Amino acid sequence: MSEEQNNIPEQAKGPIARFLALPTDSVPKTVFVAVVLCLIASMIVSAAAVTLRPLQEINALKDKQVNILQVAGIYDPDADVLESFAAFEPQVLELSTGTFTDEFDPATFDDRAAANDPETSVALDDDPAGIVRQAEYVTVYLLRDENGDIDKLILPIHGYGLWSTLYGFIALEENGNDIYGLQFYEHAETPGLGAEVDNPRWKALWNGKRLADDDGTLQISVSKTVPAAGDDYHIDALAGATLTTNGVNNLVRFWMGESGFGPFLDNLKAGDI
Amino acid sequence: MGQTRREMLIDPMVDNNPITLQVLGICSALAVTSSLKVALVMAIAVTLVTAFSSMFISMIRNHIPSSIRIIVQMVIIASLVILVDQMLKAYAFEISKTLSVFVGLIITNCIVMGRAEAFAMKNPPIDSFIDGIGNGLGYGFILMLVGIIRELFGSGSLMGFTILPTVNNGGWYVPNGLLLLPPSAFFIIGLLIWGFRTWKPSQVEEREYKIQVVDAH
Repeated sequence: MSEEQNNIPEQAKGPIARFLALPTDSVPKTVFVAVVLCLIASMIVSAAAVTLRPLQEINALKDKQVNILQVAGIYDPDADVLESFAAFEPQVLELSTGTFTDEFDPATFDDRAAANDPETSVALDDDPAGIVRQAEYVTVYLLRDENGDIDKLILPIHGYGLWSTLYGFIALEENGNDIYGLQFYEHAETPGLGAEVDNPRWKALWNGKRLADDDGTLQISVSKTVPAAGDDYHIDALAGATLTTNGVNNLVRFWMGESGFGPFLDNLKAGDI
Repeated sequence: MGQTRREMLIDPMVDNNPITLQVLGICSALAVTSSLKVALVMAIAVTLVTAFSSMFISMIRNHIPSSIRIIVQMVIIASLVILVDQMLKAYAFEISKTLSVFVGLIITNCIVMGRAEAFAMKNPPIDSFIDGIGNGLGYGFILMLVGIIRELFGSGSLMGFTILPTVNNGGWYVPNGLLLLPPSAFFIIGLLIWGFRTWKPSQVEEREYKIQVVDAH
């Protein structure tokens, strides 16, 4: 230590100045520059992330509401999002029984948090959608007509594609079997390939398709070839995005099936909702 | 250097354009130019990142050990890009969704790194900042040109406003679908390079080889 100090020019006094005065390519200087730079950079990045988070969360919520409006086909870009969104009746649904529950307030219920909380979720053994844990409760949105009858159901769906979990909504007609639309509001699939799930022309393919056949067997599929069940149950795959397509196919079949919204749709068809 | 600051700012527009002369930053130019608005945001983001990263790198250039200099440059560039990404998510959410991963890919834009390594490591901060702005604007200029062509003829609009009413919406213009796909940007940039080099023949590179006529023995 004393030897090193002798080498330092007289003007260098503080510990930082002492380091700065070291020859640039020496090992201590290299380590010093790397550590200091990383510290400063990480502080700037985390400060930005923390201070901007509230704004980003508001944006994300608004975006989700816009997507619900769009999937239901009632989005008006000029109208206030919150006002248009008031047309929906949010309900927290217990998936296993397929009935609405009053246990949670739909306004504050957080689907994502519920899926991570061991109290309100189950680990899946049979997990085609790749979601690991499934919440027992989810928020669904009902759109009613003037008579108070259900016009459309907006159900949240999510599952793993190629790179990311795709989060979206599927809109069903009042019979619980005809698809009105499907839309993902959050994903990180490859732009130009998997991200074509956002392509309006592909999304339009979903309109008018049916989930289950007359016997009640789930037939909907997203695939390259038309299945035996016929064109009413088939959405054409995305070219060049086989894995994203498979992911969408699996997640739609999972959520529309027995472990997803199956019980709820059965109740709906039986007229219990 | 003998370059005035004015030259540093103006040169990259045509005479030393990062896209048409140096042929850098092509990948993002393909990806974000299908609509003018997105191209504009990308151009602004790249200009800011290039300028500020060059400035910061130049400020500490005498203290950057050569053994880790690329890593140091990358850390500074990456931090700035994350900052831009966070800002966009907070204040321009729609655009940040359209740009998606391309904001993150500014890190790998060769122009940013190229200016850091070629200019900022050897020049003072203010010059480096101006050089970064100049190169960002040069990149943005080409992005705008390509964006105008692609959006106008690909979807009949500019900045989202309809200029040529398309057949789908009851108009008369049949849009050119190819222009909405990334390869079309290749063609347009290629044509631009051709145009620039015809206008300024000094940009034409010398051949690396010459076909020689040899007399047969």
